[in-house]
Amino acid sequence: MTDNKRHFENPDVSHAGPHHKSEEHFREQHLMLDPLPRGQMNEMVMDSMHTTSWKFWVVFVTLSAIVAWGLFYSWGKMILEGLGIAGVNRPSYWGIFLVNTVFWIGISHAGTFISAILRVFKAEFRRPFTRAAELMTTFGLVQAGFSIFMHMGRVWLAYWLMPYPNERQLWPNFHSPLSWDLLAITTYLLSSTMYLFLPLIPDLAMARDKSTGWRKTLYKILALGFRGTEGEWTHLRNAMNIFAFAIIPVMFSVHTIVSWDFAAATRPGWSSTIFGPYFVVGALHSGMGAVIMVLAVVRGTMKNMKYFIRPEHFEAIGKLMLIISMTWAYFFFNDYMVQWYGGDKWTKQLLHYHEAGPLGWMWFAMLVVNVAIPWAVLWNKKWRSTPWIVFIVGLLINVGMWFERYIIIPISLSINRMPFTWRLYQPGIEIPLGIGTLAFFILLYMAASRLIPLIPVWEVQEGQMAHSLKKFGRETVVTVSELE
Amino acid sequence: MNKSNIPEVGANFSEAEKGKWGMVIDQDICTGCQACVAACAMENNVAFVGEEDAGYGRSMHWIRIERFWDGEYPEVKMTPYQPVMCQQCGQAPCEPVCPAFATVHSQAEQINLQVYNRCVGTRYCANNCPYQVRSFNWRDYTDPRLDQALVSLQNQYNPDVTVRRRGVMEKCTFCIQRIHKAQDKAKSEGREVADGEFTTACAQACPASAITFGRVDDPESLVSQLAHKEHGVKLLEELGTLPSVTYLNGG
Repeated sequence: MTDNKRHFENPDVSHAGPHHKSEEHFREQHLMLDPLPRGQMNEMVMDSMHTTSWKFWVVFVTLSAIVAWGLFYSWGKMILEGLGIAGVNRPSYWGIFLVNTVFWIGISHAGTFISAILRVFKAEFRRPFTRAAELMTTFGLVQAGFSIFMHMGRVWLAYWLMPYPNERQLWPNFHSPLSWDLLAITTYLLSSTMYLFLPLIPDLAMARDKSTGWRKTLYKILALGFRGTEGEWTHLRNAMNIFAFAIIPVMFSVHTIVSWDFAAATRPGWSSTIFGPYFVVGALHSGMGAVIMVLAVVRGTMKNMKYFIRPEHFEAIGKLMLIISMTWAYFFFNDYMVQWYGGDKWTKQLLHYHEAGPLGWMWFAMLVVNVAIPWAVLWNKKWRSTPWIVFIVGLLINVGMWFERYIIIPISLSINRMPFTWRLYQPGIEIPLGIGTLAFFILLYMAASRLIPLIPVWEVQEGQMAHSLKKFGRETVVTVSELE
Repeated sequence: MNKSNIPEVGANFSEAEKGKWGMVIDQDICTGCQACVAACAMENNVAFVGEEDAGYGRSMHWIRIERFWDGEYPEVKMTPYQPVMCQQCGQAPCEPVCPAFATVHSQAEQINLQVYNRCVGTRYCANNCPYQVRSFNWRDYTDPRLDQALVSLQNQYNPDVTVRRRGVMEKCTFCIQRIHKAQDKAKSEGREVADGEFTTACAQACPASAITFGRVDDPESLVSQLAHKEHGVKLLEELGTLPSVTYLNGG
């Protein structure tokens, strides 16, 4: 056991090993080939959940204060005083609130993408971090919800957008992309929460069996009496399978519909037919960056996580990030090219304004951090396996994608077909509110990391059971058996 | 025809092509004096937003006078004044995008209505308006508790028009309260509304008579004769929004 522990806590020592693929080498490289006794692994996950240092609480309290000020106080003030204290004006009727909405929906995308797509394609490297990614989906959507409600002039009447029966037979307008949006986001929030919960059940049952006090009561309720019988596993697997397949089209539809808020409008720069897939890829781009940031932080700060989250995982996600960065660049070019070639005078003026306007630096920065930097860094296997390097790349991609939405929303709105109304947008209370949503996202994540097992232990154990090392002469070979 | 109790589903947009009430603005005689802007604000209880907000693009006037410089610096010449208000499109881009049916097409008057008490303030209509004529209540500009100066100003509100609160969108209504008043009067006297019997606040205030209002579906009316002049143009006609306002320029 001590032997097992050494190589993941001190990776540098074993890196000096020989180049031929010994058993030791495989174990060190791949979590799936490095099994630990089940009980011990369960203990490790429980331990990581229970260990909180003073640093955790300092960050937790600081973030709570930021949420209280940035989110609740500022929003309350804005509800009472009106949107005048924000920066929205004519012609930029939509500002950072919508930028943040699109941004958070984008972040929430990668969670489901990683988890569902990789589960459907049986990609083995997904096993230790599906939950970390799924949590991002749910918590990201919470922030998207906050942002969209902040944006409304009379948020206390937001329920009017829901199709509920009422005595005056007033219904929402199903012609409006915003109505589709609301339905799509609600569907996505509900389905991704269920999809988060299903694979959590066995782990909650494990936690129930290993805890006492209020935690035991909590897990007892949440685990729904799961005991791990054959029948329960069959049902669970079927349900997860259905959800994994069904949630993929839902995920694609959500961001496509978000893009229709813009693409269906008559504005120059917005009415672009490629916005659907362009937004989906953009969402995945920022979402992947966010997943890798979360994993780097979890690995760096939580106990026992260096065993579960290894350079191989950063390497695999890094490859995906590189491909998505290339796809994003392709869609960006396609969108730009067709709009420019169309020759519409307002669109041409807008494209010029993007690059050479007062915020032209943002346009160039977006291309550098979304395309140039990922391409320059992620091609290298060693670099993309290093957590702090990919953390920085992920952070930059997220900044770049936020810039992209900022360019599409307030900057594009500054220019329209009535030049008399052209005006720049200057953010007001949007800034504390935006910081508040970011702090709330991290806060929810921190709370969740201490309340539910962040690693799907059963999924890791299942994978480890399917993998084994066989020796053929002097050659060690990896074998994988089909589980179902 | 498809009868549905959801108004927009049953609406036939091509009905509006002809229009019913319309306006003609003669840019050749407009002096840019802004009397229409002031009259409109008085008639329709349009809020005063103050210097700072007005400078930041939040003025709420339902009509504005646009003016541009044409050409490069030494050789500049001024373009004609262009009063712009809601064009009351027959095919309005603001209507389908509202998720709450707060902006709808009126089948009786053939204009675009803004239903203040249904508006939740998504501001999608304003984004989608190619003429940028919608104004949003960014603050409670009409609340006397917030500004002492408003206490006395309250006395000059037009009782026929709602005072709007923060968070709702508003725009030119073609002085629908005047339309209704004239129609009610004509109905009680058992006749049709005569051409020129009433007009909108902006047209009434215009010292140069550059604004004419009336029935465009009546070929005999003054507005309809002006609207059919050869040099009449509609704003951004290429978008197919079928505006009810015609501009005369260079006649």
